[in-house]
This record gives sequence, C-alpha cells and structure tokens, in this order.
Amino acid sequence: MNGAHASTIFLVLRRLRTPLLVLIVIFAVSVLGLTLMPGPSDPNGGPLPRMSFFHAIYFISYTATTIGFGEIPYAFSEPQRLWTVICIYLSVIGWAYTLGTVFAMLQDKNFLGALAVQRFARQVRRLREPFFLVCGYGEAGHLICEALDDLGFRAVVIEQDEMKVGDLEMQSYSADMPALCADAGKPDTLVFAGLTSRHCRGVIALTNDDNANLAVAIAARLLAPALPALCRAEHADTVANMASFGTRHIINPFEKFGEYMALALHSPAAYHLLLWLTGLPGTAVTRHREPPAGKWVLCGYGAFGKVMTQALTNAGLPVTIIDRAAPLDPTHQWVKGDGTGTDALRSAGIADAVGIVAATASDTNNLSTVVTARELNPGLFTVLRQNQVANRTLFDAFESDFTMVPSEIVAHECLAILTTPLLAPFLDAVRRADEAWADQLLGELTGRFGWEVPAVWSVTIDTAQAPSLYRTLIRRERPVGLGALLRAPVTERPPLACTPLLLLREGDAPRYLPGADAVLQAGDQILFVGTEDARRDLTLTLFNGHTLQFVLTGRDSPGGAIWEWLARRRQARA
Amino acid sequence: MNLEKVIFGFFIVFAATLNFGFFVGEIDNPDHHDIYELFAAVVVNLIATVLKFGDRTQIGAIHLATSLVADLQLLAAALVWGYAEHVSGAGMTAATMTSIVSLSGGALFANVVSVVILIAETIMQRR
Repeated sequence: MNGAHASTIFLVLRRLRTPLLVLIVIFAVSVLGLTLMPGPSDPNGGPLPRMSFFHAIYFISYTATTIGFGEIPYAFSEPQRLWTVICIYLSVIGWAYTLGTVFAMLQDKNFLGALAVQRFARQVRRLREPFFLVCGYGEAGHLICEALDDLGFRAVVIEQDEMKVGDLEMQSYSADMPALCADAGKPDTLVFAGLTSRHCRGVIALTNDDNANLAVAIAARLLAPALPALCRAEHADTVANMASFGTRHIINPFEKFGEYMALALHSPAAYHLLLWLTGLPGTAVTRHREPPAGKWVLCGYGAFGKVMTQALTNAGLPVTIIDRAAPLDPTHQWVKGDGTGTDALRSAGIADAVGIVAATASDTNNLSTVVTARELNPGLFTVLRQNQVANRTLFDAFESDFTMVPSEIVAHECLAILTTPLLAPFLDAVRRADEAWADQLLGELTGRFGWEVPAVWSVTIDTAQAPSLYRTLIRRERPVGLGALLRAPVTERPPLACTPLLLLREGDAPRYLPGADAVLQAGDQILFVGTEDARRDLTLTLFNGHTLQFVLTGRDSPGGAIWEWLARRRQARA
Repeated sequence: MNLEKVIFGFFIVFAATLNFGFFVGEIDNPDHHDIYELFAAVVVNLIATVLKFGDRTQIGAIHLATSLVADLQLLAAALVWGYAEHVSGAGMTAATMTSIVSLSGGALFANVVSVVILIAETIMQRR
C-alpha cells in the first residue's frame, strides 16, 4: 500500500539527478583546474608551490556559493585568476540550474499531490480513536461532520472538489479532520483513508454521483465486510444494485421524502411525531398544514417526480403531470409543456387542484412554478423540491408547506442510523400504528418536552454503556424497575424528564412505551426521548455506583472500605 | 544496446578501477599513492552514486548502498589527507598514509561489491 506514495523521496532524488551530476562535475573540474594552475612567484625567489587540493576545495566552496572571501591563501597568479573567472561562471550556471529545478519541482502539481496524499495517509494511520469515513463533503457531508464532531467522533473526509476541501479546513471542528482531495470511487484512496483500519466505525458515501457511491459501497462490502456502510442513491437502479450485494443502509432522499409524504397523507400525527424525533438538534418543529385530499398537480416527472406520483396515487389521489417530455406514464393525465408558464398550469387544471408538487432539478423553475400556481389558486398546498442549500433564503421567503431538501434528509437519516440504532424500529412502529395512537403519543410528548427537537438516545445495559447498573443486575443485588431508575440524583429524587420509547430484549417481542413497572435485565436495550439534562443525569447514574445506589434507595452510600465497614456494623447493631 | 546502461556501467567500473589504482602499492609509502588519483576516485564515485538515485528496485537499493559506503570511505581518506597536510602540522607520515590507503581499501571492497552486483544483474537479464 505504501509503494506508490512512500516514494516521494525517490521522486525528489530522480528529479535532482541531473542537477546534482552537473554540480559535481563543475565542482570537480574547478578544483582540479585550480590545483593544476601554476602559482605566483615567491618574493624570496622561485615559484610558490601549486595550490593543494585542500586549499582549492576551500576556495571553490566559498566562491561557488557566492560568499567570496577573496584570494586565499596568497594573492593569485595570473593563470589562477584566469581559471577562477571560468570557475565563477561555471558555478553560477550550475547553481542556477539546480535551484531552478528544485523550485519547479516544489510547484509541480504531481509532486504536491504526492506530498498531500502521504501526509493524509500518515494522519489516518496515526488515528487511535474511532472515526467515520465520509466520502463527499457536500451539504449533507458538512451536516454529518458537524454532528459527528458534536458526538465526539472523528471523521476522515474524501472529496473531489478542491474548494470544498479548503472549506473543510476553514471550519472550526474541535478535532482535526483529515481530508483528501481525491476520487472516492477508487479503492486505493479508500484504503489510504482508513477503510481497513480497525478504528474505522463506518463508511458514509454521500457524493452527488450515484456511480461513485456505488463504487464506495462495493469497495466497503469487499474490503471491510463487517463495517456498516451508509450510501446515498438517487436512482432506482443504483438502489437495486447496492441492495443486490447487501449494502447495509441505502439512503434514497427521494424515496424517504415520498415515505414522509405518504405518511403525512395517511396519518398527520405520525408524520409530525417522526419529524419531531428525527429533527436536527437545536431546531424546532412547527405543526404543518395537513396535505389535503383532492386533485394534485406535479411538475417534472424525474426520479423524485416518480416517487411523489407513487405516494399520491397510493393515497388514492388523482395526479396530473406536467413535463416537457412526451407522456411516459399512461395511467395519469399528462400535460406536455412548461410548468413555469400559466398555460400548462391552466390546462392541467390548477384552478380546481388542492396541491402542487414542484419536482424538477432546477430550483429557479420550481420556485417560478409554485409562485405562478399560487397566483392562479391561492389556497394551493405546495410541495417544493430544493436542490441547493444555498437557495435557502428564497425558499424560506416563499413559505412552502413542505420543502424537500435532499442533503438534509440524507443527513438526518445517517445520523439516526449512526447515533440511535433503536430509533429505526420505533419509527417503523410509528408508521404502522393508527392515527389515534400516534396523535395521543405526540400530544403527550410535545406537552411534556415542547416542540423543540428533543434528545433521543439509546442505552444498552452492558459494561460499556451502563457499568454500574450492569454490575447490580448481574449480582442480582436487587430488581431494578424502569421507574425507579429514571429519577434525578438530587435530594427529592424527582422523576427524570425523559420517556422510554422502546425496550428490546433478546428473545422477547419489542415493548413499545414500557411502563415504570418494567423490570430491567442485563443486556436490555432502551430508547429514550427527553431533555439533554435528563440524558446527562441518566448517564451519571448508569456509570457511577454511588449515584445508582442513591437513585434506587434514597440513601447516600459511604465511600471507601473503612466507612462501608462501619456502616455495616452500625446496621448490624440496629 | 542502451546508452544509459553504457554510461551507468562505465561509471561503476571506472570508480572501482580508479579506486584500485590508488590502493595498489606499498601501504605506507606516499610515493606509491597519487593525490590526483584519489581526487578522481572521489569524483567518479560521487557521480556513480547520483546515477543510482531514483531506482526503486531491491537491486537498485543495494547499488545505492554500496556506493554510499564507498563515498564515505573515500571522503574520510581525503579528509585524513587534508588534515595531515594542513592542520596537524606534522605533514605526511607513514602512519597517516597507511590509514588513508586502508580507508580507500574499504572503499575498494564496496566498489567491488557494486561491480559484482552489476555483473549479476546483467547475467540475470539474459538479453
């Protein structure tokens, strides 16, 4: 693996071969000539001996490097001066040539690239903590790196665009994130970036190019089969291809949004619950208008358009499609034309429609379509596809009912998978559940925690995540109920501001919304939703044996062997 | 025939022959060891070293290593000579000459290894 890149030193040597030869030859010729030139005549009679090699090397060394101490060891003879003139010009040519080659090499793109790769590979090799390999530092990549940084994970980034790599270096992450400007589709690059490292915790492929993501997926599958791979895919055939070789998580933002839309049509409460649980930390969720039942108009029958048509059709709503292409889908009413113009919208029947989906790949066209449509029919429910995060200001100003931002959807999904693996099964249950259950749960949770996006976390009762509770349960010191555990470690032991959503136990059916009487066992996995404070308190309880004792019994246990012995004696006497 | 190979072989063999020429003679007799020959040996050895730069193969690496050894030995010999003549004040003595020639003898050994590798490489290639 080092072969191609550890050879920077060889590259340097090879490039410098000719200049070095030139320098050696010039030096040798100058020194030799100087020792052969007859010296001046001695004032005491007879000529002085010719210059020795020692003096000649000394003289040429300071002359060739333009230091110029003068004529040492004695005033030169005329032949020696003649030779010195030749030496001076020879050495100037030699140095100019050598320095020119060195500077040209230092500015050479290949050379700089080789150096950058080497530095990057060294940084990755030296990583001694868990990290994620992120391919593609676009908008989604940016969001994920920030979130990983918050969670205390390192990320190694591969991005093809030099500008974006520069942007990464400008960000103030708490830890250094090694980044390389290269094609993530090449397996060698992935190996340099630590795909096969034992500290790598997962691969996240988020590039805009489906083919590159596919290449990352297959490389991860073959080179590091045990690693979870999260891959973005926008086309149905890429999804099928990735699924064919068992990619663990395939994230299709269009498909995801289609699911959200279907859920919003089918059960608004479940949709809001899902938004609230998967939102980005620090944001608030507002209650949306519910998408109405009736006739819908869709502009742009691309990958996203197809998914949306499917979602609306499944909900039993009629859809009229406006597209520039000739009709592709005979089952729907099709208007061939430009959705941004009044004519096409009128002929699609915008006046009696209830909603419009602007689904083309151009942000300007999407905005133009919905603005025109709203003028024709002010009550329209609008679903807007936003392709570039940079256009956010425009989309915010329009106040669309739903806005689909692919990079944000991908980021949410990745984070949910990476940080709270238990959330996915719970969300599946939410999707399947009936409207009344979801509505009641949503009311309960938002009544308790507000509409701000809450902290959602999962805990496994094992030695790594809950050592003190694990010890207590393994020694069977006392049965621990969920209600007894979820108390704050302060004087009155008030209940913690968090709600358990899901309890998974090996061999048992998943228990949704486990009550306070649920008795815990070692190895249980629990999903919580609550405040950040509650999360911190619970972590303290799970890690610290004394805190756990206090939370469970209300008594402070004495720390240290002597005090514990005294306390036992006192108990025995009483 | 390849001109590059000719030049490469020429300098390696030339370095060895010059080194040998300086080395032969009574070890402590300054009349048997010419300073110009030592100078030529040093320069040709340096050139041979630079010619070996940038070859990534195993044989290339050994070539470079032997050359570096020879350079080191010959430069040490030249330094001893310069020290004896100009710094110590005692001038050239039999003892100094002995140490200079024995240093060049070490370099000769390295150069012979270099030549042997060159021949072995040539025989291995069979073309």
